[in-house]
Amino acid sequence: MNYLIIPLVFFVLFIFYLISRSKRLSFTNPLFWVVAWWIAFYVILKNAILPPLPSSIIQMFMAIITIALFFYITADTQRLKEAIHPVIQFLVNRKFKLPLGLVIIIIPVLVAGKVYFGSQVKIVAPVFGRSIHPAPPTKINYQGKQLILNELENPYRHLETESPLDFQKHVEAGRKVYYNNCVFCHGDTLEGKGIFAHGLNPIPANFADVGTIAQLQESYVFWRVAKGAPDLPDESGPWSSAMPAWEKFLTEEEIWDVILFIYDFTGHNPRARVEHH
Amino acid sequence: MILSGHHKSSIIKFVISFGVFLAGTTVIFAQSQSGGADVDYREFPFFGSRIAIWAVGELHLMYAAFVLAVPMFALLIEFIGYKTGDKRYDKLAHELTSLLSVSFSFTATLGAILTFMLMILYPRFTSYLISIFDKTFWPYGLLFFAEAGFLYSYYYGWGKFSPRVHLLLGLGLNIVGTAIMFIANAWLAFMTSPSGIDEAGNLVSTWDAVNNYIWMPINIHRVIANICFGGAIAAAYAGFKFLGAKTKEEKAHYDWMGYVGNFIAISALLPLPFAGYWLGSEIYAFRAQMGMVLMGGAFSWLFIIQAVLIGMLFLGANYYLWLGMERIEGAEKYKKFVKYLLATITVCFVVWATPHSLVATVEEARKMGGAHHPVLGILGVMSAKNTAVNIMILTTYISFLLYRRGNKVATVSWAPLGHSAQFLIFAITIIFVIAIGVIGYFVEATVRIGLSVPQVISVLFAMTSVTIIDIFLFRNARIVGQIKWGEIPARAQYMLFFLAVTFTWLMGLMGYVRSGLRLHWHVYEVMKDTSVDAYTPTLGFASTVVSCIVIIFFVFIMFNFWLTGLLHKKDWEPNT
Repeated sequence: MNYLIIPLVFFVLFIFYLISRSKRLSFTNPLFWVVAWWIAFYVILKNAILPPLPSSIIQMFMAIITIALFFYITADTQRLKEAIHPVIQFLVNRKFKLPLGLVIIIIPVLVAGKVYFGSQVKIVAPVFGRSIHPAPPTKINYQGKQLILNELENPYRHLETESPLDFQKHVEAGRKVYYNNCVFCHGDTLEGKGIFAHGLNPIPANFADVGTIAQLQESYVFWRVAKGAPDLPDESGPWSSAMPAWEKFLTEEEIWDVILFIYDFTGHNPRARVEHH
Repeated sequence: MILSGHHKSSIIKFVISFGVFLAGTTVIFAQSQSGGADVDYREFPFFGSRIAIWAVGELHLMYAAFVLAVPMFALLIEFIGYKTGDKRYDKLAHELTSLLSVSFSFTATLGAILTFMLMILYPRFTSYLISIFDKTFWPYGLLFFAEAGFLYSYYYGWGKFSPRVHLLLGLGLNIVGTAIMFIANAWLAFMTSPSGIDEAGNLVSTWDAVNNYIWMPINIHRVIANICFGGAIAAAYAGFKFLGAKTKEEKAHYDWMGYVGNFIAISALLPLPFAGYWLGSEIYAFRAQMGMVLMGGAFSWLFIIQAVLIGMLFLGANYYLWLGMERIEGAEKYKKFVKYLLATITVCFVVWATPHSLVATVEEARKMGGAHHPVLGILGVMSAKNTAVNIMILTTYISFLLYRRGNKVATVSWAPLGHSAQFLIFAITIIFVIAIGVIGYFVEATVRIGLSVPQVISVLFAMTSVTIIDIFLFRNARIVGQIKWGEIPARAQYMLFFLAVTFTWLMGLMGYVRSGLRLHWHVYEVMKDTSVDAYTPTLGFASTVVSCIVIIFFVFIMFNFWLTGLLHKKDWEPNT
């Protein structure tokens, strides 16, 4: 239903446009239209998109839109004059004395209201610009042997083309590993909505999202699964991740199998290695 | 030979600068010979070593960028003047070159201070770098000497030689300047992607150490970025002079100078994202971890700031062109397109600046199902961003095209066909760029990276082919109005200041990222940083440091411009 707000907002703007054309209303100058567009964009960003956009992103988009609308007014001297004229009239023409007085009172009242309501927000954990893909180390120690992440590859990935039946067996094995161990946090459909997810902050990764495993090489995913939260690097912390170090519970083969499964289930391909010049 | 006071002072400045540089390098060589690495680090008072070296290094780099860039376009402008016989170009090139004299001394002095600081504050690291690159210091010093010779003969020899000889001096200046930059780039590129050494870090091949993974991408990126930066600073200088101009002629001259400076800056800005993309992909190819730190980890939020600043640069550049149409009689007919161009750039800007992972409260994140928004997440990946930036570049080019034809009407018989062909090229290119962007969502990451190449090529093809058609289309065009140089609103000049400051700030921020992505390594995976500063500062702190450096740079450059302006002041006379 919320998406209907978009055509509704544009319909209202269009009606205004038609009225202003037919009646030649004096208030429909460039400044009016800029304000109308600004409000229209705000209403759309705030209400039309589901799930709701975080307030940080609305602020950023509105800042860009504000600058663009400001440029629209000021990129043409004639338009700038038309936009400023009513403001000047409002400030200097004596017939606007009463509304001007009201505006002078309303502005500090609005500021005071903003401060008051701003201080009434409920206490929540601070917003944190988290790095989703921490930088991995060059090498890791895995159960006594050293693995170089730049060279590490899934030993069963080649079966996908060479022996699809064997590949499928590993995927099935990975499926079992997943539903025995990972499902509680990452969920039935791998979207990070497991039964424990509501108690975690940060919430578990959503593998179906194009921004997670689709961006990563399998060696990276192996490092994350094997080492979990305890091996997250110092930079960009605190991570506060609840991910266990699965090397303590799963074999190397099981980890590679579950990696095959999560890519297979979501339909994503792991990031390939890049050859430089 | 009798030298004027100004000539003498310039030569003294050069001798002092070169002396400081020579002293610095000599002491360093002495240091390396005596193996003075007993102390790993020394502390700089008050600010600490990192901030001190950061500030001086960045200031040196900004000055060097300016000093290397201005001769490039001064030579080009002089050449245009030589070919067309238009004296305005020659005067403009001369005025631009006049900004170099003092700046060159500042560059050299800052370079010498940087050298001293490296030697004093980071002796172990400096000794190591010398052990790898000692062979490159000699040509560097000699080239520096040659650059001074070329620079001063180019500047003071203006009008004193035949135009061809003078152009050759300018060419020599550019070649030597570029070679100097390439050598210095090798040192810093090696710190990020070392090569030409054995496992213990000992030198195996100097050439391999120089020709490391990111050396050439850095070289190309810096040449383009320097032109961008130099053009923007020169335009800001013109804007400053315009606002203080007393006569119509002065206003006309500085308006034109500002336009040319901005044109150079924006022309170089258009290919810059592609060069940056290449550099980024080479960093990723060298070590995926570094790519992660760069784009997905600690520095990813600085890339959002970068995206916002680049978006502002595009918006600002277009805004300046649209305001510039006011000085062209006949350009009114194109003003109706401005709102569509603005809308396109704004949409692209929004896409370009949309973060991959959003800053959200836990409650907001739960509603989204993660740090990625299901709708907005589509805009947060490279496919969307590459598409947005390519269309933003094309839109800026269209703004310029409209500006260029403001007072002209094509008279060639095939004019309608030419206009249609141009329109068709734009339409096909935009559809192609968007289609490639959409395909990018359905392919593997490395294929997606590769798709940026046809996008770039199609945009470059569109701009080149449309320009060629335009040149022939408007040959012998009917001029319907004059370009009234100097008749432009003052706010256009403030936009030139804004562009210059934004370019500089961007350069400082991204320079920090390029250096900071080594994290706790002086030389990545070879020499660890074990100093007290071996941690990555918060982004807020880093931004504050960079902002302070930018302010210092502008105070210095204003001082330089003031010094340059003294040349045209009347001689002091005692009051009688």
